Amino acid sequence: MSHAAPARRSPAGLAVPGGLGPVPASTAAKGGGLLLLVAAAVAFPQVYSNPAVTQYGVFALIYVTAATGWNIFSGNTGYIALGQAVFYGSGAYALAIAARDWDIQGLAAFALLPLCAAVGALIAVPFGLIALRVRRHTFIVITIAIFFIFQLMAFNFWFTGGSSGQDAPFLNWPAASFNTPFYYIALGCAAGAIAIAWLVRRSRFGLQLRAIRDDEDRARGLGVKAMRVKLAAFVISGAITALIGGVWVYFIGQAEPQTAFNPLFDLTLVLMAFLGGYGSISGPVLGALIIEPLTLWLNTQPEFSGSVSEIMLGGIFLLVVLFLPRGIVPTSGEYLTKIRTRGRPAVNPAAAGVGSAAATSAIPPVSSGGAR
Amino acid sequence: MTALLRTEGITKAYGGVQALNGATIAVEEGTVAGLIGPNGSGKTTLFNVITGYERPDAGDVWFGDHAITGYAPDKVFAAGIGRTFQLTRIFPRLTVIENMLVAAQTRDRPKNLLARLGRDAWTHHRRHATELLEFVGIERHAGALAGSLSYGQRKLLELAYVLVADPAVILLDEPAGGVNPTLINLIADRIRQLNEEQGKTFLIVEHNMEFVMGLCSVITVLESGATVVSGPPDIVRTDKRVLDAYLGADLDEDDGPPDDGQHVAGQGQESTR
Repeated sequence: MSHAAPARRSPAGLAVPGGLGPVPASTAAKGGGLLLLVAAAVAFPQVYSNPAVTQYGVFALIYVTAATGWNIFSGNTGYIALGQAVFYGSGAYALAIAARDWDIQGLAAFALLPLCAAVGALIAVPFGLIALRVRRHTFIVITIAIFFIFQLMAFNFWFTGGSSGQDAPFLNWPAASFNTPFYYIALGCAAGAIAIAWLVRRSRFGLQLRAIRDDEDRARGLGVKAMRVKLAAFVISGAITALIGGVWVYFIGQAEPQTAFNPLFDLTLVLMAFLGGYGSISGPVLGALIIEPLTLWLNTQPEFSGSVSEIMLGGIFLLVVLFLPRGIVPTSGEYLTKIRTRGRPAVNPAAAGVGSAAATSAIPPVSSGGAR
Repeated sequence: MTALLRTEGITKAYGGVQALNGATIAVEEGTVAGLIGPNGSGKTTLFNVITGYERPDAGDVWFGDHAITGYAPDKVFAAGIGRTFQLTRIFPRLTVIENMLVAAQTRDRPKNLLARLGRDAWTHHRRHATELLEFVGIERHAGALAGSLSYGQRKLLELAYVLVADPAVILLDEPAGGVNPTLINLIADRIRQLNEEQGKTFLIVEHNMEFVMGLCSVITVLESGATVVSGPPDIVRTDKRVLDAYLGADLDEDDGPPDDGQHVAGQGQESTR
């Protein structure tokens, strides 16, 4: 085992993504930075108590949660899901309908959020069983098709309120502090979603997902139960999205078929993830924190309101795909590594490998059966 | 001796192309068996049928006493048959050690969700994976992205991660293809070592005759999706039908049985014994 120590060091210039690499020396700095971010997020509504500002915070956190939920499935597996609004809308309707039928009001309605998550998870099972049988473009098309089926159901079912939608329970909180509870609930959801994303990423489950992204058939040939693993990630993603859909509907007060099941929601999530860098944990978070406040601000400007802001978002999407195809986080990570390793001799793995292969006259013992 | 891995009369057609037409092979436990034949004779298709990537139109695959025909690839792997691919298939955006760990999960699965999520679950897998990387000689690249490896190193990585799960039978699809001579010798040494020290059974598809003849104790020849002859290298090397298959001469239906009464199965031969 004398080779074990050097083997763990990665060659310079090669990024080691994921949670399986050695613990970097900068862990303390990272932890400190994270703590600062959390403190800033917690303090935000106290410092900027203006409702117009805290509203930005609530919406941004809702999208941080949703984009992270999307990323747990799509970012890890490479299956680009364009039907997350199915879960968002279902969660929203679940909260509104349950509050109506069981006559729940005030803060107690937040207790319905686990129910929203359960509804999302439950819907994700048949949705996944259908959509996950196919890959790539076909998968995307099927998720869109299922999305429209759900929107139609919201329009037409007897219990959804039809095209006029379903009201969430009325809150008679004072306008000045109305946003604050929602802000902290959304912050909790976002933190929970990010924690789940992190746990998934460093687990063997996450490794299986990323193996599926790289070569699904090969992964199956190595014993990965691909369908089960994909479905589990899809269910987690659906539950998170439905949960935050419940928060959203209570915040804005009404679920309508066009707003709860909104095709723009799906595109926005993908744009956020692509801009920030999908697959990484911080990428979709960063993307959501950039895109959502920007959208809200554009909508308050008379000259950008309505469809103009949507056209601008479409333009951003094009620019991202053309110039930042891998997103801000991975691209800047590579750039930093390049700066850090400047001046050091480049390591050529191919050349080094030939050397090591030739120098194996001393044959190490085999032990593939040893640990069973 | 009973064969550990057998196929009986496998047929598989893609549209009008008959890729396999009654392919029958038997691999004895603890041997290194070879599978050769001209391009398009159905070697890789037979591998795909055995490992569950293709469903045969007819015929059976036996692993020990179990029929594994039509099993999904993950079930075949869990049963104890590992394989590599002709064009290596690794996970380019995972690191080398992560590639190894993908295959590690079928071994002693953690009991509960917490253990499954915990970092400790990896420690002994990681140690074992590192040992195997040392065994094939690429341990120094453990932290590198697998996509940055050279072609030959990818072959070694693929061999190593098939070994992680400790399969009883290992199918290698052209392990020496496109690899430099030094690496070919290394691969041959490792196969021999695994076979002799651990009794691992191999079935190898390879066009490099020197490699096959030097390594395998039994060689099966496929032609047009059917088994032509099966026997030790010396017999196969001199068998007229094998030469015909490779050199393109017509197969003579009136040929007598092969030398030494070797087991023969193949198209156009109802019974040779």
